Parts: sequence; structure tokens; C-alpha cells
Amino acid sequence: MNFKQSFRMAVKSIKGSKMRAFLTMLGIIIGVGSVIVLVSLMNGLTSDMTSQFESMGTNTLTVMVMGRGGNRSFGVDQMEELVEENPEYLSSFSPTVSASVTAKADTESVSTSVTGVNEMYQEIQSLELSEGRFMSYIDVERRQRVCVIGTYLVQELFGGGSPVGRSIKLNGVNYKVIGVLEETGDSEESSSDDIIYMPYTSAMKLSGTGTVSSYTLAATDRNLAEQAKTLVENALYKTFSDDSAYRVSSMSEMIDTINEMTGSMTMVLVGIAGISLLVGGIGIMNIMLVSVTERTREIGIRKSLGAKRKDIMRQFVIEAATTSSMGGVAGILFGVVVAYAAGVIMDMTVVPSMGAILLAFSVSVGIGMIFGYFPANKAAKLNPIDALRYD
Amino acid sequence: MQEVVPVECKTRKAVPSEALKEEAAPGLRGPSEGEELIRLDNVYKIYQMGEETVHAADGVSLVIRRNEMVAIVGQSGSGKSTCMNIIGCLDVPTRGKYYLEGEDVSGMSDDQQADIRNRSLGFIFQQYNLIPKLDVLENVELPLIYKGISERERHERAKAALDRVGILSKMHNMPSQLSGGQQQRVSIARALAGDPPIILADEPTGALDSHTSQEVLGFLQRLNAEGNTIVLITHDMEVAKKAKRIVRIADGRIVEDFMTGAGSEGKERSS
Repeated sequence: MNFKQSFRMAVKSIKGSKMRAFLTMLGIIIGVGSVIVLVSLMNGLTSDMTSQFESMGTNTLTVMVMGRGGNRSFGVDQMEELVEENPEYLSSFSPTVSASVTAKADTESVSTSVTGVNEMYQEIQSLELSEGRFMSYIDVERRQRVCVIGTYLVQELFGGGSPVGRSIKLNGVNYKVIGVLEETGDSEESSSDDIIYMPYTSAMKLSGTGTVSSYTLAATDRNLAEQAKTLVENALYKTFSDDSAYRVSSMSEMIDTINEMTGSMTMVLVGIAGISLLVGGIGIMNIMLVSVTERTREIGIRKSLGAKRKDIMRQFVIEAATTSSMGGVAGILFGVVVAYAAGVIMDMTVVPSMGAILLAFSVSVGIGMIFGYFPANKAAKLNPIDALRYD
Repeated sequence: MQEVVPVECKTRKAVPSEALKEEAAPGLRGPSEGEELIRLDNVYKIYQMGEETVHAADGVSLVIRRNEMVAIVGQSGSGKSTCMNIIGCLDVPTRGKYYLEGEDVSGMSDDQQADIRNRSLGFIFQQYNLIPKLDVLENVELPLIYKGISERERHERAKAALDRVGILSKMHNMPSQLSGGQQQRVSIARALAGDPPIILADEPTGALDSHTSQEVLGFLQRLNAEGNTIVLITHDMEVAKKAKRIVRIADGRIVEDFMTGAGSEGKERSS
């Protein structure tokens, strides 16, 4: 008896008891379905987060200088020198000076944060402007009181009207708005649209700090980001002789960390879903054992007609594998549909992976074969005389 | 069973067949001409049932030749089922030899026995033993499937077998849609499909009314006339009389072996 016949026989026997077959499959359907749903949602989450970080530039490095007792520092000139001396690794840099301010225009006022940067920052972070211009070298050199603001502030302070050329009061000092950033968040409070950029020189004056303690650097290429990081670390170590006085982190490193985290989270969730697959497999084994008992006479007849052990074995294993792979296919469809539905409801990106689908399918076939083996073996070993006499 | 005087039966050691032609001990009394299909040589089947040792076959020797129609009769517990199981290669003897078509099958493994059953034996059971969820044609095809015959040839041969028992028109019916007699015919077709040299019928009329029984027995006789070797196991002497030769078993031994005169050329050979 070949595979095709065994398969046909299996399908026939499944058709013969649809309700039972469906209930048996249910365990596998739920197991496979939940694996697919979880993998799809986690993949979506990961790709959302990754693309968000990637939009900030995957080749960027962030340097924080904590200093050591204040007697030594790593100033803007030193950083500039470092970048200029290593054009093969570093392409540009910008100091970043942060300050919290109260912004006021006309009668409206909000608390927001100011980031002081130089003219290179726009390119490093690929910032898009919807209106006006970014600051220039001259603005930075002359400590111009100019700023570029996010869409949240445009809405809050200017009621959505064009703010370019108008004034904004930051902690009581007037600044001229020269540009508006493209909306990147949802123009919500504390989103990436709740931001003011200005020349770092002006920001230092605004916040009253004397030194720059944080920089954003752009490596020439994403693949060189690690070498660039080492280079910067070495330079900082030369200055401070203490690696706790500074911290350098690269965006690609952070993306890797995020991927790793979501990856292990996915594994845990899939593991939990996998338990239901296991339970489904046990369900199949249970039903197959019942089926072997019910069909003892049939097995006896088949044996009397010349079925060998392996024929009976194959019949039952294929039946179990067919049941569970049908469950697997149903589970995949169910999982994909539920994942998309959940994506729509929870407003998440859903990325069903082909790999997960193939894996889920082969696992369900495998489960059928493994859990079908024991009942099939029991059937194959039946003594034909006893089996024929069985009622 | 009462009309025949039981012969004396002694427990014998295996005797060379040459010597037996003259002696004609029970079990070896069939026609002396023709190819031996079945030869049981001093076969024992001993079970241990709790404390008790049961000799279900206690030194059975029997030769059945091609184109015989033999009835093995005996009451329940006589050991005829054990004989049938051994002849049908469903069981192996504890001691003694069983030659089927000249081949020693007494020490074979399960799978080898399955192969022999498939090749050399066609079974007809009291309860028909059709598989309820397969239709008539599929049931008849079963032995051919295990023989590894291609689908097309299988269909042809199964149809031919159904035609032979006159039930071809029902080939797509399910067994449950057929009467007992029809089901038994399907099971005969199934036994014939693989074209085995021996048809083994275990109480083939046990579940049928007398009219249908006659029909089925008539059918077996016709098969025999067409050249099939038939071994009929029954407790019913009326049924057994349809065979050319009757072998009676009691307490695991052959107690009688005689020709009935049924069929065209049979002569009474009772002792």
C-alpha cells in the first residue's frame, strides 16, 4: 500500500467523522493560530520600532560627557578637530544642548524642551522642514535668537497659522521662528513634534550652561558606525583616562538591542503558544487511541487480507498527520485573519512571516506523526485473531 | 454428525507420507492424486490458561490437495478454530510443521504470514467482515492494495471478482445497504480477487437464513467445480455435507476423515 492510498484512506476516515475530526483539530488550530498571531504582531511591533529608530539615522552616534570633577572637558573645538582628522569614519557632528523652557506667543503658553544644535544637525537626523529654513552657520556663530519649531507648538501657540517670521518668548526672551518641522509624530504633547531647535550657542545662553556635554555624530556609513564609535571612545579616553567619564552609543547598536529584546519576547510568547500545540498533539494521540480501539476489527480484517505491520502503522500515522496538518492549515488561516483584525483594532502593523507559517505547518505535521506513532504502533501490533474476534 | 461412526484416533508421531498412503490415517485420507496445497504434520497448539494447559490442537496431521472441497467440522471448543487459524496463517503451531504449497510456514514472522495470507489464502467469515466505511468495490480491492497492484488493474480485477459472484451492479453501494447474502457474496468476491489457491470459509452460512445459506454453499461448490480449493469450517453437519470430504475434529484431534460423495466424482469413503 503506497502513500497515496494511505492518504486517501485517511481523508475518507476523517470525512467519516467530521465533528470528531474538527474537535481533534481544534487544539492544533488554536496552537498554530496563536503562534501565527503572536509572531505577526511581534514582527509588526519590531518593524515599527526599528523604522522609528532608523528614521533618526542608523549611522549616528551619541556622545555624553559627564566629565570628571570639572577640571577637564571635551569641548566643541576638540570634537570638531576629531571629526576633521577622521574623514573616513566621521562625516559631521553637532553639539546638543538641552533645556526646558516655557514658550509663549501672544497669550498662549506651554512647557516644552529646547535642543541647541548646529547647522549640521538637520542633515545628521534627516530632519524635514515644512516651511522656512533651518539655522545656518552664521546663526550659530552669532548666537542668533532664532528657532525652528515642531507642529505641536505651531498648533498650541499659533493656532495652526504660519509662525515663520513671528516671535516666540522662551523664558521671557524673544526668539524669531525661522522654520517649521515636518510632522513626524501625531502633533501630540511630548511627541517628536513637541520640540524647539535653536543654535547651540543660543541654547547655552538660554540654559546658562558653560560647556557642551552631549554630541550627535554621523558616521560615514552604517557599517562603519562601530569603528567610528571605537575611535571616539579612544579620543575621549585620552582626554579623561577614565571610561566612566563619558558614554558613546550608536543607533545601530540600539536597534540591535531592540531587535534582540523583541526577539526574545517573541520566543517567550511563541513558547507559551507552543504549549497549546503540545496539548493539541496530546488530543490527537488520545483520539487516535480511541480510534484504534474502535477499529480493532477493521485492523483484524486488513491483517487477514495481508496487511503487514508497516501498512497498518502507515495508515494510522498518516491519518494522524493528515488530521493535524489540516488543523495546521486551518490554524494558519485563522491566525492570519485574527492577526490582521487585531492589527486593525489595536492600530498595529502586522507582519505575518512566511517562516513562521512554514514552521507552524511543519510542526503540526510533525506533531501528528509523533503523537500518531504510539497509537499506530498499538494498532500494528494487534494480533489478527484477537482483532477479528473483537466486537 | 451422528450418522458416522468415529474412528479410533491414536496420537501419532509424524509418519512419512509414503507409508500413509496405505495406512490412510485420519487427516490423510483425501484423494491420493493431485498437488498437495496444505500439509499439517503432527501439529500441536498448546495454550496456558491460568493453571490449565489447553491442547487446542493435539497432534493434527492433514493433507489437502488442489481442487478439494474439505469441510472441517467440530463442536465449539473442539479445536477446529485453532486448525482454521493455523491453516489460515493467522497463528503458528506450538509444535509440528505446516507446509503451504510446499513451503514451511510454521515458523514465520507476522509480516511473512501476512504476505502468505495475501498471496495464498482468501478468507470468508461468518460476519462477512466487510469494512463498513468502504464501498463494495473498495472492500474487494483491499487484498489487491496490499499486494501492491496498480490502481487500474485493481479496479479490473475487483470488478471481475464481483461479476463472478453476480453482484457487480452493487459495486458503489456501502456494505450496510446490502442484505446478508449480498454481503457474504461481496466477501467471497474479496476472497477471490487476489486469485489465491485456497479459499478458507469460516462458518460462511452462520449468519444467513437457510435459503441464502443454500445459495452461498451452492456458490462455493461452483467455485470448487471451477478449480478453487475450498476449506470450509463449520459446526453444522448439513453444511459440511456439501463438501466432498469431511474432517471431523474433537478435543484437538482428527477423529474422522471421509469422502461424502458430494460433487460429481466423489465416492463414500467413510470408515
